[in-house]
Amino acid sequence: MKRFVKSINIREMLRPLGQMLIFSLGSTVILSALMLALALILDRTIVGQALFQRLNVSLYTYTLVNLPQVAIDGLTIGFVYAAIALGYTMVYGVLEFINFAHSEIFATGAFVGVEVLIGLEKFGILSGASLAMAYGYLLLAIIAGMLAAGALAVSVERVAYRPLRHASRLVPLISAIGVSFLLQDLIRLTESLTTGQYNRIMPTFGNFDHRILLGRMTLGATHIALGVSIKSIIVIVSAVLMLMGLNYMVNATKVGKAIRAVAQDPQTASLMGIDVNRVISLTFLVGGMLGGAAGVLYALKFTRIDPFVGFFPGLKAFTAAVLGGIGNMTGEPCSAASFSACWRPTPAPIWGFSPWALPAPNIKTSSPSAS
Amino acid sequence: MIALFFNDISRKINQGIIPSLCIMGHMILGTALVYMFPRSNLAFLVLITSFFSLYYFEADRRFKFVAGAVLTLLIFPVVGVRNIFYLEVIFQISVFSALALGLNIVVGFAGLLDLGYVAFYAVGAYLWAFFGSQQFYILHYAPGTQPANLPFLMPGDTFYLFVFAAIFVAALTGILLGTPVLRLRGDYLAIVTLGFGEVIRVLANNLDKPLNLTNGPQGITPIQRPTMPQAAVDGFNALFSRVVGHTVSPADMYNVMFYLFALAVIIVIVFVTRRLDDSKIGRAWTAIREDETAAIAMGVPLVKMKLAAFAVGASFAGVMGVLLAGSRTFISPESFSFMQSIGVLSMVILGGSGSIPGVILGAATVTILNLQILQGLSLYLSQLRQSDAVIPIIHFAWANLSSQLDPAKYQRLLFGLILILMMIFRPAGLIPSRRRKRELVSDALTDQDKE
Amino acid sequence: MTKRAWIVISLCIAAGIALGSQAFAADRIIKIATQTPLSGDQSAIGVDMKRGAELALEQLSGPLTALGIKVELAPFDDQANPDTGVANAKRIVSDPAILAVVGHFNSGVQIPSSEVYHASGLANVSPGNTNPKVTTRGYLEVSRIVGRDDVQGVVGANFAFGNTVKSVFIVHDKTAYGQGIAEFFKQKAEQMGMKVLGFEGTEEKANFDSLLSPILAGNPDLVYFGGIYPQASVLFKQARERGYMGMFLSDDGYDSADAVKIGGASLLDGAGTYYSTVSGPASAYPGTAKFIQDFKAKFNAAPQPFAAQGYDSMGICLKAIENAVKANGNAIPTREAVAKAIRALKDYSGITGTFTFNEIGDPTVAKYFVMKVNSADPAKWNENPVVQTLDIAPPK
Repeated sequence: MKRFVKSINIREMLRPLGQMLIFSLGSTVILSALMLALALILDRTIVGQALFQRLNVSLYTYTLVNLPQVAIDGLTIGFVYAAIALGYTMVYGVLEFINFAHSEIFATGAFVGVEVLIGLEKFGILSGASLAMAYGYLLLAIIAGMLAAGALAVSVERVAYRPLRHASRLVPLISAIGVSFLLQDLIRLTESLTTGQYNRIMPTFGNFDHRILLGRMTLGATHIALGVSIKSIIVIVSAVLMLMGLNYMVNATKVGKAIRAVAQDPQTASLMGIDVNRVISLTFLVGGMLGGAAGVLYALKFTRIDPFVGFFPGLKAFTAAVLGGIGNMTGEPCSAASFSACWRPTPAPIWGFSPWALPAPNIKTSSPSAS
Repeated sequence: MIALFFNDISRKINQGIIPSLCIMGHMILGTALVYMFPRSNLAFLVLITSFFSLYYFEADRRFKFVAGAVLTLLIFPVVGVRNIFYLEVIFQISVFSALALGLNIVVGFAGLLDLGYVAFYAVGAYLWAFFGSQQFYILHYAPGTQPANLPFLMPGDTFYLFVFAAIFVAALTGILLGTPVLRLRGDYLAIVTLGFGEVIRVLANNLDKPLNLTNGPQGITPIQRPTMPQAAVDGFNALFSRVVGHTVSPADMYNVMFYLFALAVIIVIVFVTRRLDDSKIGRAWTAIREDETAAIAMGVPLVKMKLAAFAVGASFAGVMGVLLAGSRTFISPESFSFMQSIGVLSMVILGGSGSIPGVILGAATVTILNLQILQGLSLYLSQLRQSDAVIPIIHFAWANLSSQLDPAKYQRLLFGLILILMMIFRPAGLIPSRRRKRELVSDALTDQDKE
Repeated sequence: MTKRAWIVISLCIAAGIALGSQAFAADRIIKIATQTPLSGDQSAIGVDMKRGAELALEQLSGPLTALGIKVELAPFDDQANPDTGVANAKRIVSDPAILAVVGHFNSGVQIPSSEVYHASGLANVSPGNTNPKVTTRGYLEVSRIVGRDDVQGVVGANFAFGNTVKSVFIVHDKTAYGQGIAEFFKQKAEQMGMKVLGFEGTEEKANFDSLLSPILAGNPDLVYFGGIYPQASVLFKQARERGYMGMFLSDDGYDSADAVKIGGASLLDGAGTYYSTVSGPASAYPGTAKFIQDFKAKFNAAPQPFAAQGYDSMGICLKAIENAVKANGNAIPTREAVAKAIRALKDYSGITGTFTFNEIGDPTVAKYFVMKVNSADPAKWNENPVVQTLDIAPPK
């Protein structure tokens, strides 16, 4: 027991935590500063005036007031994408191959988790559950999603990728696209046959929808409430735990060493006595499990899932992985993922800008003067 | 043993007058079947496969040419007017063949995996859609709120001009797309092109504010077509109205006209592709595809060659886009989704990337699967469900079969299966080009020998 | 024989079965086709349109069977893709047993496909196309039983104005259906002097955080969503969670019991949730409640929006064919006769309204109801009260 406690590498556990904090908060601060600067500049122009006309506040105040909530939302979804991105980066690091089907593994995890909860609800267990039990059931759903997604990832690797390992680059990539499409329709088929509908809704239970108010800010004549829902907190905490766990596994365990070795040089690793096929399967398993957990978290936050839910988050997560450095196994895979995932707040302020930049209602009246 | 047996037979058949007889027999059989059973899918398949007996049997070149001309210019239009669904299938086969041939140049020749090919198709379609309709006068109206009776910007006959203009516009788009992505390797290139495909679709969906360029998700309609000379309609009627069974209207003749246009475009594309394959550019593409580093070392101008591949492939798609806009008289962003790109890619993969007859076979197979076989299966199942029939051995009533098991709904499943199975079992495609076969199959074999 | 030979033979047999769909040739069988999106994003609605039609065929084909004619359903999947729609349309048209088509859902597919129907005189009754262009072309064959965008949008704006709404924020789902209605709502709202604080389209199904920030900042009196209920309900729920207490208004794509399944009790808070629809409440149209019951019994799920319209379209086709058969001396009528019979129908009482068609195929008077969501229980969906009723004739 004492040896086990001594062998726990505390440094390796805390390092990614620190890195994630720095990266996420740092990128949020930098992006916010950029947005505020942009708002200041645009305040003098027609965009700022249009907004003033509509809402009676200056562009700068509008941005300043909206920014904290936008940042919180961005961080939440960013961590989900980071969890998905890990699947991509692990497979790429070990095999130098983009696993297109990972988005569908994410979707499978979401479906299995939601079906477990719907099943529990049908038996009336959820409605009578206490708060602690509610969290317990959520954990159960996440574990179910992880197991299903991991198993699926391993089978996909065995069936569709392993025979193609020695072929030219394009071949397994095309096969991966095929698997992605196949899985989308397989999920739809399975759901249709067993439950008759393939758009599933996460049951409401526990206090997940409750929103914690952090403050109010005035904006012109109205107030903007700044708050974070318990769902978001759960999502962020789970994602952080997963990232930390993965980092620990990759950097501080023997298994992780084997993965890093195979990522660096498969032939030499096999000479050193590492079973390359097993390690690759393990990589897919871990990546799949993380994707599955991310799926259940996604379903928790956004309530509704359908068989095509994996496509866009998968694409965004892949972008995040590339931005942060895909395949970076020896270094810090999770901090890279989290750093890039926190660039997710960027679309949100741009969204915020767009209603002001709409001169559309005025085009008809202004065109005579323009021409 | 079986392979030897077949080789033996094919050698014996392909001598003397037997191949010509076989081809003629196949064509006559197909035509007769389609005439007698106008709605049978099997008869139609027999007729279509006569094309491939044309390819396979080694008959005299002039004979093949004449037989091919009779088949495509005489038999298909008449059969098509008799049953317009067949003409639609043949037209869609032609359109997708052209698209697949264009993608073949990018993926098959130059080895650049392009997942957003449908973007160039959209560019060509919207080009004619904008200029050939009233969209110019709707620029300042929100979609759906415009007044009626607006004029058309260009007369319908400028269609021909725009077919040529589309070549350049689409090629320009291809170059614009290609320039930033040149340095990327296979996987990243695929993702970037996927992104571009989505960008074009979303642009088409959203370019209705501040200026209404594409009319958003409602699409642009009506789009003009070139005028149909009345002489052609009358001539066709005079010759074939008895065979067809009714007088042919201009609307039917438009279908034939666009089919003939598509055919002409395919012939030009095949010609261009073969000449390119045999040229300096073609060899440069082969070098890039097989080993980029070695190609650079040998002095192949990587940038220019990749751009050329994109531009040529894009121009084919652009021309087909204009044809599509003209034949449908309606264009909306729903025709240009990611599924379409994957559909064209699966045609190229199924048929054999890098091989011209293979790609045409792939396009024909996937289109027929999609339009005829899947739908036919599900219609048949639906009839069985409404009848009182029972599956014989297990005595399970068809009516109890879940209505979710409807083959036509699972098109994605089909595409996915095609891609996976082809990659695992026959990566060089159904009709492989000899060079690609050596490249793709031998890798797997030599490694198996090593183990 | 070798394995390969067995594979080839079994493939040939399968292909033969697939292609030999000529097996059922009997006399006095007619077919009615449906063409809706059965796969892809909008398949939930397309599948239920077909199911509604199927139910109607089962329940309402009695008179035709009594005359000795068996009616079959020929469902087609247009995959929400114009190319597939046109190809299927040509296939439908080349089958002489098909006398009418119920379809489509996407106007983008219906418009090119109806050119094919028009060229061969095949009647098309549309249960869900709201784009004005569908009927303004003036084809005899094309009719619809739903209201047009330029009517429903106006209904929404009138309702908002009547509730002293000063500012609105409009969201739509970037499809021809949702954006079409939203555009007309916006036009009318501006005409009536309401301030439009934003007009946004989104394809997002779940993550509306970035859209909610400008909505909350503007704090409009009303949020209008043009589109289908899955997106609308999620948006409304998330807006309520953020503290927005104003009114929600949507269109007839919201009319499904699953809307409260997603939205829950949050839809009842604040100023409430409303939607406009042509499907009347169970009190005025008892047939609707029975339809929902039968649908649930047969298909084990609550009907989605436009399923009831699918039921009515099929009913109209059946009635028209029956009239045409009787006028033709009990022989199977021509397609043209069926098309004329559809237009000649007077006051067909369906479960979503009473229908008479005007000269371009729109229902002469569309009765619009604005309903309020009254209960978070999906089973009580058809007890939602009517808040306003409007009779509007479609513009010419």
